[in-house]
Amino acid sequence: MTVFIIRRLVMLVPTLAGVTLAVFLMLHLTPGDPITLMLGEFASATEVARLRNELGLDRPLLVQYLKYMERTFHGDLGTSIRSQRAVLDEIADRLPWTLQLAFAAMTLAIFVGIPMGVIAATTRNPAIDSVVTVFSLLGLSMPTFWSGLLLILLFSLTLGWFPITESHGLRALVLPAVTLAAPAAAVLARMTRSSVLEVLRQEYIRTARAKGLLERVVVYKHALRNAMIPILTVAGLQFGGLLAGAVIVESVFARPGLGRLTVNAVLSRDFPLAQGVVLVIAAMYVFVNLAVDVLYGLLDPRIRYH
Amino acid sequence: MAIALPVRRQNRVLQRLKQRPVVLAAFAVLGLFVILAVAGPLFSPYDPYTLIPGAVMQPPSWEFPFGTDELGRDVFSRVIHGSRISIRIALVTVSIPLVLGGTVGLVAGFYGGLLDVVLMAVMEVMLAFPQILLAIAILAMLGPSLVNAMIAVGLSAVPVYARTARGTTLSVKSMGYVEAAKALGAGDIRILLKHILPNIFPPLIVLATAGVGISLLIAAGLSYLGLGAQPPTPEWGAMLSEARAYLRNAWWMATFPGLAITLVVLSLNVCGDWLRDFLDPRLRV
Repeated sequence: MTVFIIRRLVMLVPTLAGVTLAVFLMLHLTPGDPITLMLGEFASATEVARLRNELGLDRPLLVQYLKYMERTFHGDLGTSIRSQRAVLDEIADRLPWTLQLAFAAMTLAIFVGIPMGVIAATTRNPAIDSVVTVFSLLGLSMPTFWSGLLLILLFSLTLGWFPITESHGLRALVLPAVTLAAPAAAVLARMTRSSVLEVLRQEYIRTARAKGLLERVVVYKHALRNAMIPILTVAGLQFGGLLAGAVIVESVFARPGLGRLTVNAVLSRDFPLAQGVVLVIAAMYVFVNLAVDVLYGLLDPRIRYH
Repeated sequence: MAIALPVRRQNRVLQRLKQRPVVLAAFAVLGLFVILAVAGPLFSPYDPYTLIPGAVMQPPSWEFPFGTDELGRDVFSRVIHGSRISIRIALVTVSIPLVLGGTVGLVAGFYGGLLDVVLMAVMEVMLAFPQILLAIAILAMLGPSLVNAMIAVGLSAVPVYARTARGTTLSVKSMGYVEAAKALGAGDIRILLKHILPNIFPPLIVLATAGVGISLLIAAGLSYLGLGAQPPTPEWGAMLSEARAYLRNAWWMATFPGLAITLVVLSLNVCGDWLRDFLDPRLRV
């Protein structure tokens, strides 16, 4: 198992190198002169020269990249053009909000989506199966920036159950988490349903039933464990999606997370800030996927030897 | 994308569709939106940009079926006009990855070697980003606008298409008829276009039908964030963004544009699922 984890960690290196290279190149692949875009057309020549020097744009590309890597590894993501604060500090201020939201949504999605899928796959009642199908289709099709507004309309403005202007505390987390969780729960329910149905067709399930095991044991011990691999993959991918999706949900509920920061960075062409946010979210996404890979190895010993 | 089917096969398609009323309804909804998009001005009672004097934030009525917004514009006319923009978004965001991703996968899979390694490494790096984030990163480079949002969403879908196209190309490449064509002296271009391309198309179409709903959602989301369509453009996501400020007093502003997106994406997903089952029964869930 240790060897397996080490191998996965080594495989992470090229991915992270690629991600940092891509984020580094964001500034260079931009059409037009990024300095002009950032400072506006009427910036003085000294200002332009100062920023160009500060960002190191006057040096050869390779030198710039190595410098960028070195800085990044030391946790220096540069300085925001607008606020003149360190990008890392800006992100550190906002990240807990986004993580809190993403974790809450992921938990909800897992505890709602997976049981729904299992129930839909094992029920003999077609009505229940249809309800799950409709729910998952709706969850996949409703944009979060609409479902969020509808939830505010119903639960905050009409019923007054949840605050709308307050972002602190658990009560303020409920509606955003539900909004963000809905599409993820829908995907998980769908995936679980088809994965469990697939496993239930296998020979060893027939054997388990034939030797007289309780249906509950067959489903939860034999089928679900084997069905978990594709479900986990999807859950891992969903978590990355939730981090990015939080950008939209935060904007709906006016939560002070990474979302607003990202949008402002893009709108004001604040490249160091935009690069920093993109890098941080992408890195988290990569690590979550690594964690999923390691979990596979725990669930399915066969995978460790491939 | 019109695929000419023999008559007998066409009958089979219709027969299968008749057994699935939900899928038929979804196709009908999509058809309706296409008609609205093409002939929108005929149906919309007002100009989507015109401010109607004395009609600020009117609730839905016979005169204004979806009410009016904070500036006195008819929401119904704006939603209808929005379907036009959404069709443009759908076409652009699907064509870009279809053409670009298809080409990358085809070339990488066919020629192999260093070219394959380099191209697919770039694709893998793009896949290391969640799709919305990748689209936002591309928008950060291009700058916010509706057209750039469409390009960004299209580009962000490229790696998935490239991977699929490459996989199919690899398996088709070793087929007997490709070997035969090679033995008969057919050139690379001929083999690529005549023998491989037609075979990698079905899985790409399945991807496209499954992905178009997601692309629409992401593009509208970018507009909601203010990174895509800008006011006063009657894009559905941008309309919802404007509506947020008036939620307390004008629920209709936030209701109908969202309903339109949801209906379209829902229908696309239902049709996409059906098409996937139909084109590739092995994938049936």
